[in-house]
Amino acid sequence: MCRLAAITASEYFSPMENIHALETMKEGHDGSGMGLMLKRLGGFAEPLKGYPALSGICSADGLKELDGFMKARGFREVHMWSPKVRPVPGIEKKDSYFAKFYDYPSRYKESPIKEKEALLLQTRLALRQMGEKDESIVVFSFYPDVLTLKEVGDPLALGEFFGLEDGQLKAKIVLAQGRQNTNYDINLYACHPFFIQGFGSMTNGENTAFVPIREYLMSRGVPGYTGYQSDSEVFTHILHYTVRELGFPLSYYKDIITPLKRGEMEARTDREALMLMRQSLRMLVIDGPNCIIGFTPDGSCFMAQDSKKLRPGAVGGVPGKYAFMSEECGLDKAVPQRDRSLDVFPMKYDFVTVPSDAPEVKVWNQLKGF
Amino acid sequence: MEPVEGFLSLNLKEKNHQLTLKEFPYTVNWRDDRCTRCGKCTAVCPVKAIVPSVRVERVVSSEGISPTPKVTRKVTPIVSQVNDIERYCTGCAMCQFVCPNAAIEPEFNPEHKFLQFKNKGGDAYKRGGRRNDPGPSTLDKLKFTRISMLTDPALDAGRHEFHLRTFLGRILPPEGLPLKAEGGRLVVDKASDVFVPPVREVYPIMIGSMSVGALSPPMWEGLAMGVAYLNEELGMPVVMASGEGGMPPRLLKSRFLKYYILQIASGYFGWDEIIRSLPHMVEDPAAIEIKYGQGAKPGDGGLLMSYKVLKLISSIRGVPMFVDLASPPTHQTKYSIEEAVAKMIQSMSMAWGFRVPVYPKISGTRTAKAVLNNLARNPYAAALSIDGEDGGTGAAYNVSMDKMGHPIASNIRECYLDLVKQGKQNELPLIAAGGIGKKGNLAANAAALIMLGASMVSVGKYLMQATAGCLGDENNRCNLCNTGRCPRGITTQDPKLYRRLDSSRVAERLVDVFKAADTELKKIFAPMGRSTELPIGMSDGLSVSDKAIAERLGISYVC
Repeated sequence: MCRLAAITASEYFSPMENIHALETMKEGHDGSGMGLMLKRLGGFAEPLKGYPALSGICSADGLKELDGFMKARGFREVHMWSPKVRPVPGIEKKDSYFAKFYDYPSRYKESPIKEKEALLLQTRLALRQMGEKDESIVVFSFYPDVLTLKEVGDPLALGEFFGLEDGQLKAKIVLAQGRQNTNYDINLYACHPFFIQGFGSMTNGENTAFVPIREYLMSRGVPGYTGYQSDSEVFTHILHYTVRELGFPLSYYKDIITPLKRGEMEARTDREALMLMRQSLRMLVIDGPNCIIGFTPDGSCFMAQDSKKLRPGAVGGVPGKYAFMSEECGLDKAVPQRDRSLDVFPMKYDFVTVPSDAPEVKVWNQLKGF
Repeated sequence: MEPVEGFLSLNLKEKNHQLTLKEFPYTVNWRDDRCTRCGKCTAVCPVKAIVPSVRVERVVSSEGISPTPKVTRKVTPIVSQVNDIERYCTGCAMCQFVCPNAAIEPEFNPEHKFLQFKNKGGDAYKRGGRRNDPGPSTLDKLKFTRISMLTDPALDAGRHEFHLRTFLGRILPPEGLPLKAEGGRLVVDKASDVFVPPVREVYPIMIGSMSVGALSPPMWEGLAMGVAYLNEELGMPVVMASGEGGMPPRLLKSRFLKYYILQIASGYFGWDEIIRSLPHMVEDPAAIEIKYGQGAKPGDGGLLMSYKVLKLISSIRGVPMFVDLASPPTHQTKYSIEEAVAKMIQSMSMAWGFRVPVYPKISGTRTAKAVLNNLARNPYAAALSIDGEDGGTGAAYNVSMDKMGHPIASNIRECYLDLVKQGKQNELPLIAAGGIGKKGNLAANAAALIMLGASMVSVGKYLMQATAGCLGDENNRCNLCNTGRCPRGITTQDPKLYRRLDSSRVAERLVDVFKAADTELKKIFAPMGRSTELPIGMSDGLSVSDKAIAERLGISYVC
């Protein structure tokens, strides 16, 4: 079972805070990898918010190929950030880790955001396909104000490896996963968090309903519903499908993945809609054991549990800084100054959200609804 | 007086054209020493394969103080098996069942030549039951191998909540739902002109189509009572399909109609009465099934033999008594798939104001995908039921049952994967039938079909066996359903036979069967980590130790 550590705040902070929180939950991850996803970037990236950032890892040849490809597509590189990699025993260094910030091709500059998002997604998928065979190009996200770092190794060692302690890299939302390798070969595409068009999420636990969900998502005809090296990638795509493709309010993500039983729906004022959703979206019902933590394009963060609450998860903090952790000790590390009695341990009906800038934590109860 | 030689040769010629008992599928073992000559066995035999007879024995005895052998001839009453092919022993074992002293039993003869001779008068062999293949079906070879262990905790079949329900009816794609967001809440857009098809939430095992005419009154009543109990006392929404021939008018007008799927087949038997009852119906039926084919006898229509057409049946079906009721193999008034399917679905939907799901049932076939794709384009088609070659029937030609048809496993799988390609795997539910529980594994077979892509399964033969002790099996045991002489009283309209059957006990057994299957389904799904939703299409949970099957079904091979 992996360990998850997410923090959302009104001020910029270093992803090392997440890594230190992960360190307190070390029993739960085996050093087989870490993923960091930063949203609402600060530090050096603050002035670059409008430019989509392409995060990835390349071999020397792969980087040349990538640059050539991006140039040919009309993307103009405005900035490249690379971590100052320090040799750390046990971590095998790749040629290049980067986040490249681009200006849109000229014909897209005035395009609506949806067209831009489609372009960024198609570009990322094309790059992924180019490098898939020899792993010369690995790309995790390509979107404005989002940066992703992933590598095999222990989270704390990786923090040192990437030189994250220098404080250059900062953000207001950081998702971090310490990986416990289970069913799959160590493949960086299988490492959480996953991202698609402004939506990011990470999960712990297996996904027993993976195959039907994967088949359903892949049959939706939505570009980007591919990959699935991890059975948890579907949670990100269900989120994207719910909010972006279907246009449902965020709380309905919970109603889709863990629907209420018919009798339970009676208490909800939107029961008619729920019943139709229950039928039409049954292929996306999850069966756990899963705790899902994610964010949406507007900077809201959430935690949802499977319908039997088979995984741990805790949310706590103070106005201006809230953390979503697999375990209480992670909260203690991330926000020690909080009132512990106000911590939230989401149960099977709860959907916990913290809006952008972390003013408060909201617990929405699925059973009670609105 | 004729010469001796001539007499012998004439006798031998006649004898020479008789069958030896070795040709028969079952030989009757009778034990002289145990038999009390009570006559129960010969009385109960539904085909008169055994008769009371006599045997002359030469007895040598001596009673004096010195050997004085005396020969006497003694006439002994015996039970003997006749060698008339029309009265072949079916192996039903009712003789053994009634024998007070274990003196008689039929024994299967694997070297029989029954089919070589069972065509007297040019009449091809007809029977009931299902395909005579006693080997394990593909369904029985499938194993559930994705067991949740430590990395994902297995669920507890006894403690966790399970949602063993499925949907029967056309389901809208999420993108097409008439929903709109208002103040962070989704509401159904009443101004939308989107047609929301009727959908029923039902138990994933349904009782397959067995007609009122094919089944005896206590059998049908028993099943009906059991269904009512399951729904109303246990909260298990089990539905039952009527088969062709309609239903008793009293039931049509009752509140229980909601538990029944009314079948319309090519003979349209019973539909006069159904249409007449329409204005008086207080509930809608669960669904309407349009039968285009039957797995047991593809290409054949329904057949109710004349001796089953007694008063009740003739009144329900609107026909005279004692006539053979043969439905044509196809719906004669229709000439194309568009005509046959689309218009019929529309018509039936319209009859109930589009409040009732209407779906076709076909026999398993290599052309199933063509039908499927036609239905996938028809927004009123509520489901597709596919009946595989191991399905049962009350009457059919043996050749149709044994040699015609398509196994259900690969048929369902390819249809499901075809829907996946189109993204419609949740829009058009697939109902799988034919051979479920053939070896007694009702829940396991049902679960396997669901994981291959079926939304629900339909079961008939297993339920006749489990609830009423149907004697039929795949060694052609009994299989007398077509003759109206069912020794258990299940498929007969003869009161002398059906009074043997207690409808209350059938109902009780039906409830037993569904309760046990429910537990078994949970015992299968729980270790695989599934409880919230039926694992439709969860093919990674299945494996088989046969590479060819694994490849064909797209599941893993294990050994």
